Formats: sequence, structure tokens, C-alpha cells
Amino acid sequence: MMDWRDEGTIIAVRPHGESSAIAEVFTAAHGRHAGVVRGGASRRLAAVLQPGSRVAVAWRARLEDHMGSFTVEPLASRASVLSDRLALLGLNATCALLSYTLPEREPHPALHAMTEPLFDLMAGAAPGWLLAYLRWEMGLLEELGYGLDLTRCAVTGTREDLAFVSPKTGRAVSREGAGDWAPRLLPLPQCLLGQGPASVEELRQGLALTGFFLGERLSVDLGTRPLPAARARLIEALTRA
Amino acid sequence: MARAADDIEALIALMARLPGLGPRSARRAVLHLLRKRAALMAPLAAAMAHVAETARDCAICGNISSGEICEICADPARATGEICVVEDVADLWAMERGRAFKGRYHVLGGTLSALDAVGPEDLGIPRLLDRIGAEGVREVILALNATVEGQTTAHYIAEALEGRDIAITSLAQGVPIGGELDYLDDGTIQAALRARRRF
Repeated sequence: MMDWRDEGTIIAVRPHGESSAIAEVFTAAHGRHAGVVRGGASRRLAAVLQPGSRVAVAWRARLEDHMGSFTVEPLASRASVLSDRLALLGLNATCALLSYTLPEREPHPALHAMTEPLFDLMAGAAPGWLLAYLRWEMGLLEELGYGLDLTRCAVTGTREDLAFVSPKTGRAVSREGAGDWAPRLLPLPQCLLGQGPASVEELRQGLALTGFFLGERLSVDLGTRPLPAARARLIEALTRA
Repeated sequence: MARAADDIEALIALMARLPGLGPRSARRAVLHLLRKRAALMAPLAAAMAHVAETARDCAICGNISSGEICEICADPARATGEICVVEDVADLWAMERGRAFKGRYHVLGGTLSALDAVGPEDLGIPRLLDRIGAEGVREVILALNATVEGQTTAHYIAEALEGRDIAITSLAQGVPIGGELDYLDDGTIQAALRARRRF
């Protein structure tokens, strides 16, 4: 009998039969992992099995490659996010991207360490969670091997006046280095260089930047599945905000 | 286990697909029907055939009815200028059991779902927006489930209705009748505390 215990956050739930559910949990040591939750459709467990809920899980299966079953204990509810439209869209986008991009059962402790505080920021509707979300998308790209190099200009080597990112290499380019190529490059918002608070316009630019690499690089390698609509809804809401 | 005739086995297999029934309970139910053929089985078969023939979605609200328009939409006394938006027909029936709401409904037929790629156009949201203008609606009550998907849908609808001269309300969240605080989850207690009112 295989079994382990871990803590993590529910990122997706779907009904399984009449009374059970299949939950996907993002844990530190076991990555994105699915399992059947017996009685998951019950009133008591349905409240716990909401995307964003922090839980302790015990997984058991007869063989390693079986789906197995979870027993779930609530650790922290992040239900307060339900009342905040933008934060709820952020939580949806985060959960959907985790479910969409991460291979099952592959640990990503660094990404997990970034994700839990992000969920907490969203649940508390803390100012700055959108910038944290943008940085989390950068971290997600980095974790999956599509990281952007924003340390120096790919053309001149300078660390000053970085204003663009090359869509081909994902490396920063300074205004001087860009020259006539500037219109073909992606704008680099200064908030990603740690300069000043992020305006809505900068956040949109940043999400367009990460969205390019998520959609044109990562998504293609994952079989050209479209990016989750939840991310597009967050950006749409941000545009209207 | 001894097998019944093929047609009875086929009936058992169909019954076993109903919610709450498995192969064994379906077999018991079919046996019960067979023993009460005249009193139960024949009327049940006739009723099912009739409903299968006549049941359809109400052209206005999406409720299940036996005509083009459901009884609620056809009732002039319920044109109160209030529309209660629910996810599913089961939710509409639950609201009707409470007998507290005298207006009309709108059944979305689901909720926005990132995982299942359900978008606004897959739900009855555009039809709802059309109704609000056509029926002189003054209040839209969002009676959607207190789940991530339910509330995402509620926020989406509320945003789509912004700028219109109507009240947008939602059901309260908190301690259920007969509920004991000790058994409530953290999220419900938080919601109840936020929605507290003067006693």
C-alpha cells in the first residue's frame, strides 16, 4: 500500500459519481496530485473542497500509478476571496494555470513556496496582490524552463534603461540596443525590474509579456491547448478596472 | 445471481443509471415494479412517456415545463420586476419550496468554469441581459451557489449589468437554520460575521 501525507491547496475539483469528488491538490513535496475524495460531495466536505482552500491531505493507493484516494482536513479557508471580484478572478487564473501547466506528481517546491503566499494575499485582498500575481507568472515560466532574463541587455550588455524583451529569446533589451527593432519587441514594464509601484497599465503590459511566453511558447509545447479562459477574464477585468 | 429475461435486464441496467440507484437497488426497484405492474408500473411508464413527449425548456427562463412557456413565466402575478438568477432547475425548485420569492427566475444551466471551458456564451447570460431590458426588471437577485465557480459567475453577471438602473442583490451567506457554530467551516463563519446585522 502506497501512502503519504502533505499539505497544499486545492486547485480543482470535479464530481465523481454521486457522492465523491476528484480533487487536485498542489503540494510542496508531491506537486500537482489528484485523488478521489470519498464523500466529497457532502455538505461538510464540499465547503472544504473549494479551489484555494488550504488542506492537509493523506493519499493512499494500492499501487503507485493508481489515482488513489485522499482524506482531507481543512487548514485554512480562503473563502473571503469570494466577495472580491478581482481577487476571485486572480485565484481562478492561478488555479487554472497550475492545473494547465504542471505535470502531475512532479514536485515544484520553489513554485509552491511562491503560490501559497499569493493565495493568502488574494484572500486578504491585500494591495499589491496583482503585482505578486504577475511575479508569480514569471516564476511559473522560470520553473517550467521558459524563464525571462531581465538582468542585462541582450545586445549591449548594459543593465541600464532596459525597456523591451525579445520575443525570440526572452532576454531584456535596452532602448539603445533595440534601435529600429523596438516595434518588434515586447514592452518591459518597469515594475518587473523592481522600480516603483505598478500602475494598471504596467500590470497589463506585464501580463501581456508573460501571456506571450505562456501562449506562444509553453502552450505550444503542451500541445497547443489554448490558455485557460480564467486568465483572459482576469486581464479583461483589469482592463475595465 | 440468476439473470432475468434480456428485456428486464435491459430495464435494470437503465434504472441503475439513475441517481441514488446502483445495480442491486435497481434490481430491487424493477422487481417491485414487476410485482405491482398494474398499480405502479403501467402508470409510471405512461407518465414517463408523457413527460418525455411534452417536457421542454421554457423559452423565457430555462425552467423545465410542459409547454413553450413555464407556469411561472406565464403567471401575470409574478411579473414583479424581480428576476432571481439560479444555476440549475434544481435550484429553482429549491427556491420555490421556500415560497418566499414571488418574482420570476432565470436558469443559467451551469456556471462559468475554467477547467471545463464553460464561458458566458455557453450559459444563458446573453438571454438574461435581453430579458432585463424587455421585462422592465428593477432587481436581479443572484441566487448562485457559494462556491468559487458560483460566485465567479455572480460577479460576471453583476459586472455585465453595471450601468443599468437596476438593483443587483445576492443571497445572504451565513449560519443556516439549525446550524451550530462549532460545526461550521471557517469560510461560513467569516461570511456570517461580515454579514452581521443589528439584533
